[in-house]
Amino acid sequence: MISAQRLSKHYGDFRAVDGISFDVPAGEAFGLLGPNGAGKSTTMRMIGGVSQRTSGQLTIMGLDPEEHGPEVRAHLGVVPQQDNLDEELRVRDNLIVYGRYFGLPMSYLGPKADELLEFAQLTDKASAKVDALSGGMKRRLTIARSLINEPRILLLDEPTTGLDPQARHILWDRLFRLKEAGVTLILTTHYMDEAEQLCDRLVVVDKGQIMAEGSPAQLIRDHSTREVLELRFGSERNTTVAAELQGIGERLEPLPDRVLIYARDGEAALEEVSARGLKPLTSLVRRSSLEDVFLRLTGRSLVD
Amino acid sequence: MTEPRTTVPGDELALRPYRLHAHAPEVSASRARRFGTWYYAEHVLRSMRSYRWTLLASSVGTPVVYLFALGVGLATLVDQKSAEAFGGVSYLAFIAPALLASAAIMTAATEFTYPVMDGFKWRRVYYGPHASPLGTEQIVNGHVLAITLRLLASTVIYFLIIAAFGASPSPAGVLVVPVAVLTGLAFGLPLLAYAAGVEDDRGQFPLVMRFVVTPLFLFSGTFFPLETLPLFLRWIGWISPLWHGTELGRALTYGYELPGWLALVHGIVLVVLAVVGLYLARSVFARRLGR
Repeated sequence: MISAQRLSKHYGDFRAVDGISFDVPAGEAFGLLGPNGAGKSTTMRMIGGVSQRTSGQLTIMGLDPEEHGPEVRAHLGVVPQQDNLDEELRVRDNLIVYGRYFGLPMSYLGPKADELLEFAQLTDKASAKVDALSGGMKRRLTIARSLINEPRILLLDEPTTGLDPQARHILWDRLFRLKEAGVTLILTTHYMDEAEQLCDRLVVVDKGQIMAEGSPAQLIRDHSTREVLELRFGSERNTTVAAELQGIGERLEPLPDRVLIYARDGEAALEEVSARGLKPLTSLVRRSSLEDVFLRLTGRSLVD
Repeated sequence: MTEPRTTVPGDELALRPYRLHAHAPEVSASRARRFGTWYYAEHVLRSMRSYRWTLLASSVGTPVVYLFALGVGLATLVDQKSAEAFGGVSYLAFIAPALLASAAIMTAATEFTYPVMDGFKWRRVYYGPHASPLGTEQIVNGHVLAITLRLLASTVIYFLIIAAFGASPSPAGVLVVPVAVLTGLAFGLPLLAYAAGVEDDRGQFPLVMRFVVTPLFLFSGTFFPLETLPLFLRWIGWISPLWHGTELGRALTYGYELPGWLALVHGIVLVVLAVVGLYLARSVFARRLGR
């Protein structure tokens, strides 16, 4: 449904997207994961047919968005990173005005707007002004708006950034239903739980390049161990103790606040720590998560 | 006994988000290609509806206030002194076409500054349609079309009030309406191109008002014939769309004598400014939205 080959976008010397390739089949929920500035949004804007690529190939439903912009965009529903609702219009009118861009008739748009308001749990806000809505409500309205043309492909750029947990869970539920209805989801996020909840397959992107690709479980298998043992010895001692922990588990990562031991069996690793006579203040054995993979692949330093 | 509900109210709908059927994407695309300009204009007009009473009040209030103050108040003094200075017509008739054209310019200047900044930067309203099947050109054209209709409506109201004041004696007077709208666009569209390129609001728009709009308003043969200005100041009139629009307007409302070739020059200047402005605006929009 979507195919990108060595897709690149440069701004002067800066390579925002630097030769990434992927294919997304129909009905898949595909995630682009990466730190800020990794090139996720730029990639989304190219898929969305609103930004020109510097080089590479890109087709959506077999069409090149640069040659068939309107045709490609007619297939898509787009949820941008920043809401761009018209705050001078009422909630329901925002949906209707947007539907008009697709040439949809009023006879369809009226009932459709009501249906989508219900889907987004905004029915009682139908005639409210947009600026009276909370952040979560605006986000839901933006998602409802993206569905007005019944797209088979939905592009979501950080759909839940800045939302409270309740609003995020409602959104996840709605997105999951769309997925069940066969809608192809392309989503960027830097929330690992979101990626694990929604994505069938994802790519980890950093500095405009793909670092890894696979399902969430497969990525964890390939790039981390089954379990992680977290030990805290107190801020001063963590690094010094690390030397004495060498050899336990498959990999060791000393951090300022704790030491992480990546191991297939966390409990066994912990026993070995005690056997060496080391007494951590706290210890925790947990399953490896996507977050471990992400940090391993993209590093722990801040990227701004 | 009623059966217990197994679903949350509203859930049934949510499970089938696509209950209705939209037409195929191909239909959307071809409609957008054909009517996209109108679709965006429709959006702009709809959002104007939320402050329609303010618009109506100012469309009626502005002409009444100006015509009374200048055309009646000031005119009593002016007309006593110099009956011949304004080509044998009353001062009211002399300034009416100028006020009409400058009102169109003021409206265009308002619509093509802050709302444009808003579209790109504050509420980012342009980015919504940009992701839809509409093309950048259609967003610009649609915005311009909506503002043209708004200018047309307020100019018609203004003209009716001028006519009620008896300030448009010639039967051809009504043709001043399209001339004034064109004058508004001749000033507004280059301004639109400029405003679309403004990245940060550092007070550029008030500067435009103060140092461009106001001098043009005062020195474009608005309140006195351009010929009364010393030669070294007349260029302000020559480059000003307001002067060209006003001269044409005067020929239409009271038969001010204007050689045919000069009327043509006035018309050409206005059309060229508007067309060049529109093309520039389209390219600035395309560059900025397509980044």
